[in-house]
Amino acid sequence: MSQVSPPKKSIRLPSRRTFLIAGTAAGGGLVLAYYVSGIGKSRKPGTLNAYVRIAPDNTVTIMAKNPEIGQGVKTMLPMLIAEELDVDWKQVRIEQTDADESVYPGQIAGGSMATPLNYEPMRRVGAAARQMLVTAAAQTWKVPESELVTGSGKVRHVPTGRTLTYGELVDKAAKLPAPSLDSVKLKDPKDFKIIGHSTPGIDGPMLVKGEPLFGIDVTVPGMFYAVFQKCPVPAGKAVSANLDTIKKMPGVRDAFLVPAGGQFGFIAEGDMQYSGLMSGVAVVADSWWRAEKAREALKVKWDEGPTRLQSSEGFARAAAALGKKAPAFTLRNDGDAAAALKGAPHVIEAAYAYPFIAHATMEPQNCTADVRGGKAEIWAPSQMPETGRELVAKTLGLDPKNITIHMLRAGGGFGRRLMNDYMVEAAWISQAVKAPVKLVWSRADDMQHDFYRPAGWHFCKGGVDKAGKIVAWQQHFVSFGKNNKFANSCDMPPYSFPAGRVPNLNYGATVMPSGIPTGPLRAPGDNAFVWVFLSFIDELAHAARKDPLQFQIDLLGKPELLPGEGEGLDTRRLLGVLEKVRAMSGWGKRKLPKRTGMGVAFAYCHLGYVAEVVEVAVSREGEIKIGKVWAAVDIGRQIVNPTAAENMAQGAIIDGLGEALNQKITIENGRVVEDNFDGFSPLTMRQTPPIEVQFVLTDHSPTGLGEPPLPPVLPALCNAIFAATGKRVRSLPIDTALLKA
Amino acid sequence: MRYSLHVNGHIHTVDVDDDTPLLWVLRDAMNLKGTKYGCGVGLCGSCTVHIDGEPVHACRRPVSSIGISKVLTIEAIGSTPIGARLQEAWLKVDVMQCGYCQPGQIMTAAALLARNAAPSEEDIVEALDGNLCRCGTYLRIIEAVKLAAAGRKGA
Repeated sequence: MSQVSPPKKSIRLPSRRTFLIAGTAAGGGLVLAYYVSGIGKSRKPGTLNAYVRIAPDNTVTIMAKNPEIGQGVKTMLPMLIAEELDVDWKQVRIEQTDADESVYPGQIAGGSMATPLNYEPMRRVGAAARQMLVTAAAQTWKVPESELVTGSGKVRHVPTGRTLTYGELVDKAAKLPAPSLDSVKLKDPKDFKIIGHSTPGIDGPMLVKGEPLFGIDVTVPGMFYAVFQKCPVPAGKAVSANLDTIKKMPGVRDAFLVPAGGQFGFIAEGDMQYSGLMSGVAVVADSWWRAEKAREALKVKWDEGPTRLQSSEGFARAAAALGKKAPAFTLRNDGDAAAALKGAPHVIEAAYAYPFIAHATMEPQNCTADVRGGKAEIWAPSQMPETGRELVAKTLGLDPKNITIHMLRAGGGFGRRLMNDYMVEAAWISQAVKAPVKLVWSRADDMQHDFYRPAGWHFCKGGVDKAGKIVAWQQHFVSFGKNNKFANSCDMPPYSFPAGRVPNLNYGATVMPSGIPTGPLRAPGDNAFVWVFLSFIDELAHAARKDPLQFQIDLLGKPELLPGEGEGLDTRRLLGVLEKVRAMSGWGKRKLPKRTGMGVAFAYCHLGYVAEVVEVAVSREGEIKIGKVWAAVDIGRQIVNPTAAENMAQGAIIDGLGEALNQKITIENGRVVEDNFDGFSPLTMRQTPPIEVQFVLTDHSPTGLGEPPLPPVLPALCNAIFAATGKRVRSLPIDTALLKA
Repeated sequence: MRYSLHVNGHIHTVDVDDDTPLLWVLRDAMNLKGTKYGCGVGLCGSCTVHIDGEPVHACRRPVSSIGISKVLTIEAIGSTPIGARLQEAWLKVDVMQCGYCQPGQIMTAAALLARNAAPSEEDIVEALDGNLCRCGTYLRIIEAVKLAAAGRKGA
């Protein structure tokens, strides 16, 4: 075994808070300094920096550095560079980089952070390249730079009208020193020709023809195909298997046990950890179908471990019992909630519960790896390839420098591909068979071996005074973990709204042990907590006999910055989106038919402010028909790519509706029951309502959009169902049998 | 077992097990990667191809059942007038997010337009409801199918 190099840095998965701290620094000197690493490198002909290459025919190639998972970042980041480089979009070609954070910082698809982290730095990268071309033109013509202007990939000398294309200048420009990023001049936004203009996804023409762009489409000469059977009970171990029988099956090249390695994220105490290699049985064959068929004949003796009797029902029973007791630990305490509840004229008590849910990306997890002679070449659809590199290095005993990772387009991410378990599996199997191997998970593998959005239980009490104000709020959150520490992605932030707006407020928690892996799923935390908070606020609004939307606005209180993600929650921006959605939806102004209602909710999520209204009709049989969703979104002063932004906001809302209506992962005997889309489905086309999205532009730095529009739609829908039927949904997914007249 | 399959206007000879689903023959034996694996059991529509003009789930059709039928995949749908219009509409509407399910969506839509040149919104939903899109691009898919259908009327 080769020498194991110490990891360059911690390989812990960045937590949501890490993303947000980084977000606060966006555009600041710290982040910018990081980007310079790719700027000052020795350059090849035609190359101005790590992101920009210009050919003599004036074709501009821009490197796309981040993983593309459908969020449009492969188009969006180059738009920022192209804008300040001052070229026409039709001149631009885009190339996906490999994973290499020493050159390209922040190659992560997560936390809605691509825009806040890159908006200004990427523009400065483009402006720096433009500056070099201007200097080259000034030297060529021996004129002052102040007499030069740029546009459409050309430099023009204003007094004489002479022009040179960037392609004609690039040889000279490439020999100039790179200007420092903080010194370059940026455009006035009113002069933007690309930013703010709808730009269709760059891979579109290839996607509609079925060209091989995805991880699962990779072909490497001489490769074999692998399937990997893990224990149905997560973290269980393979003891033995009928390997001799399997090896004799048609096309099978090898079959062997794989030992557990690395660290497991899901028995984490406290913060997130990365995922490691799981124990299992690998089957390698000359086609995927033959590997999969051989797996059907596989007989494995498993050591299922201590969690083999856990179940969703058992968790719910335990949570109900814990909910009757005092919380094991306090998350936040303001005033005296218990005393205030005693004195309140209206007290509401409610228990909310939601299940585990899976990511279920359309493209199942997969990876192709070629590990031979101490070197690894990996082709992976990953949201965070650098942690995969270190996981592979550590588990296989490779030097991280000897691992090349090609970033392939991912058929959806939603947080699933922040984990690189499939990457280390492919690498391990390739190393064992000494040949390139393409590992493809079956749908059942994918649904039953996920890092699930954790289930949760919230026991709430709220008190409203005679004036209709919330004076007391008590919430006991029951989740997973041990030793009073939350497991991966189970934590509830103490600043969760309405903290800071209720004088007597207590958030407490109790955690229980679980063998079910948990992890971040689109809008982690918020995708569940916002449903609980905004549903219960709606309950209190009705108890106070107030209009629910006005009640939410009144609760925001005076304009100020409350503690929260990033720089904090700006109540003015929430007010802005609530007022906008009130106007958009005609809230309170339309006469609705019987058993039809409207509901409203908001979220401050991943630095974005969103308010949504849902209109729903519920039949006497309990059938739900969503009439329309309106969304008002404030992510700052600039929408970089409006067509992609609308698409992603609608998609996030559709995702949230799928969670509310369709999705539940059930645990029985320590294992996941659902194994395909008949048991666990995204929203379908028939279920999809019209969705109107409008952006509220405010004078703040642009932030991301992948996550913010998701959380409010769940409580807005459930609040609308209450308005339509008088029945409160306190358990997800929505059980329509309970909504019958 | 050797099979000669009529795919995208050409005869391709492959040597695969009888029970190999057409999906994996296309993807791994013929290197036509546009047809996507999503569920393997006909629940998601990502693997939709045309067999003699009918939309079918390639994951559910063993190679031994194909015979002399004509198979058309996303790689060649653009050679038909309907397919070309759909691809153009998909780009104009900017339908895609991740794009993984879209070959199946386009193949299903092409079969719809071939039998119903001017579908209502209900016709579109009826035809495409079995094609899942995890990114939630349904509203744009409907818009693109309408645009492609309207393109014919104008032609």
